[in-house]
Amino acid sequence: METLKKEIKEKKSSKPVRVAGAEAVIKCLLEEGVHLAYGYPGGAIMPVYDELYKYKDKLHHVLTRHEQGAIHAAQGFARVTGNTGVVFATSGPGATNLVTGIADAQIDSTPLVCITGQVASHLLGSDAFQETDIVGISTPVTKWNYQITKASEIPEVIAKAFYIAKSGRPGPVLIDITKDAQFEEFDFSYKKCENVRSYRAVPETDITQIEAAAKLINSAKKPFVIFGQGVIIGAAEKELKTFIEKAGIPSASTALGLSALKTKHPLHVGMVGMHGNYAPNVLTNECDVLIAIGMRFDDRVTGNLSTYAKQAKVVHFEIDPAEIDKNVKTTVAVLGDVKDTLTKITPLIQQNSHPHWLDQFHKLYKKEEEAVINNQLNPTKEGLTMGEVLHTINSQTNGEAVIVSDVGQHQMFACRYANFEQTRSNVTSGGLGTMGFALPAAIGAKMGVPNREVIAVIGDGGYQMTIQELGTILQTKAAVKIVVLNNSFLGMVRQWQELFFDRRYASTVMTNPDFIKIAEGYGIEAVRVSERKNLSNAIEKMVASTEAFFLEVVIEKEDNVFPMVPTGASVSDIRLC
Amino acid sequence: MLIMEDKQKFTVSVYTENNIGLLNRLSAIFLKRHINIESMTVCESEIDHVHRFTFVVEVPEEQIRKVVGQLEKQIEVIRAFYHTEEEIIYQETAMFKLSTAYLYDEKIQNKLKLRRAHIVTITTSFFIIETTGLKEDIDRLYEKLKPYGLLQFVRSGRIAITRPKMAISELLQEFN
Repeated sequence: METLKKEIKEKKSSKPVRVAGAEAVIKCLLEEGVHLAYGYPGGAIMPVYDELYKYKDKLHHVLTRHEQGAIHAAQGFARVTGNTGVVFATSGPGATNLVTGIADAQIDSTPLVCITGQVASHLLGSDAFQETDIVGISTPVTKWNYQITKASEIPEVIAKAFYIAKSGRPGPVLIDITKDAQFEEFDFSYKKCENVRSYRAVPETDITQIEAAAKLINSAKKPFVIFGQGVIIGAAEKELKTFIEKAGIPSASTALGLSALKTKHPLHVGMVGMHGNYAPNVLTNECDVLIAIGMRFDDRVTGNLSTYAKQAKVVHFEIDPAEIDKNVKTTVAVLGDVKDTLTKITPLIQQNSHPHWLDQFHKLYKKEEEAVINNQLNPTKEGLTMGEVLHTINSQTNGEAVIVSDVGQHQMFACRYANFEQTRSNVTSGGLGTMGFALPAAIGAKMGVPNREVIAVIGDGGYQMTIQELGTILQTKAAVKIVVLNNSFLGMVRQWQELFFDRRYASTVMTNPDFIKIAEGYGIEAVRVSERKNLSNAIEKMVASTEAFFLEVVIEKEDNVFPMVPTGASVSDIRLC
Repeated sequence: MLIMEDKQKFTVSVYTENNIGLLNRLSAIFLKRHINIESMTVCESEIDHVHRFTFVVEVPEEQIRKVVGQLEKQIEVIRAFYHTEEEIIYQETAMFKLSTAYLYDEKIQNKLKLRRAHIVTITTSFFIIETTGLKEDIDRLYEKLKPYGLLQFVRSGRIAITRPKMAISELLQEFN
């Protein structure tokens, strides 16, 4: 028995070879199936870059124009593939430039492994050139982080990093490696991590909770499902569809849950939240059983908590025990992986339909259509609307494109009007709201799913926060389609200034450069549209292109996103205008 | 607005792996929620290689429940618990440094007997008194010794043992 165990153990680990720490890093990544990484070199990470040069046939490194670009690209890659994104940066400013992306990945549960170089261990704490305490800085925004000072630690720590980043509720992990550890030689062997004793990736599911949830759902007259990104992360799209179809439950998505269920599915009743659809927001406060699946009741979803779904019994399917009762008190909490828990609950659910209840959603949709949607999609005014741009993109890509949006009004229009036919199609910075996310994230997304159309929809403000990544497109020839919706304003802040600050447009007016010339300077074909009659042709041309393409659409300057749940208001007090 | 319950004192015990940087990670959870840590002790626990952090904070129970959830979520945290004052037996320790001129002062001698404090060191210039007890006991002795011109005063954070059983060893076995 013992020999058998030993044999199995030996099979799992590769035979030791003597290598330097830097080479070990690359070998670990290859063992983890990584063939694409993003980053930016610098002094403290040079030994690793030297190995990247030697291993370039096996591990492709994408040089971005800024570390923030690298990490957002890795996030885009991770979000469309479900695989862990890998980022390299040097010490000091290289490492601190990753922080925004790390925080973004933490709040949006994106698996990342960030590897930073650090000054040599004998210099730690001496304020050496480009020394910064990145482990200290990144602690509150990483799922786990660790500083390696000895080469022999590398295999175990990197294996652990990949296991932690991807398992359970995913998140970013940062590994900081001192320069001397990169040079130091040791006997390398690799064994994948399958367990960390103080960490339980997926909590145990209590079958009595599943039974209690099924009982509640079966007895509900007005059940309502809100699903989030947990469904996509857990690859439970099919299980969600089977469950809601069997129970006949109207289902709404959070912004990050979009595309887990086809937009046009008859039970899909839109998006909840501040700029979500009218019906699901209003009817949140009328349902009798609210079933939350892989979502975390973010404040942008709930509005005022003291008036949120108070009439409803709440069932929460969730992988992270810390999310239970964090914002909304649950009646039944079903802990576990949603793929597993939905599979277990569906046989206990009675076949059902709720036609009158579903009809209430349809009636309210009509109201929203008349007050808001028609004006967006078929505007009678001269100026172009963001809604019609999204609508035209949709129809010309048949809803098959990955839409990567930035942050602001255009993001809400993208989430509201995009038609998603397949999962992992909506990539956006939801929790952190990071302007500048979309352009680099779209580059990473395109590299993750090269056969899919990837369209970055960005405002003129956010575009200029990471515009330098056009250089990455130039160098890598990533065929990303870029649509800048230009209203010469920081539109979302301007909307709030209009509504809540008596139109005092403090620092929201943008004097913009000639975006066409800039794109052309990077060798990217570029078109500007300012009249409705040219929109369709321009988008057709963009979609037909097999290379990167830049489209600037000049948008009505003072358009607003509606409906809207004002801050502090109840979801049922959502405004249509 | 959420109706916040009344604040009360909680002792939070966190069993962890013994790793560099964990203190930073745990204290950041309190910092993020603007919670002041009143006292903190870190030491090895009853289990080999497992460390125990003891935090004392004053917050509503609803909040401490969420904080403990976030503490427990950290990769290297094995388990975290919170307890009310009634659920634990706790002690603090303190040392007082006084001038040797007062060594034979009868009043001081009586105070030390009453408080069951004792002298741990005597030199030609100073002597050191040590005592262990509740926070209030130490406060009282401090007030009594203050008039003598304390040369130095130091007190520890709280250490606590719970009345309810905490099956950490069993839990660890479950993890393995």
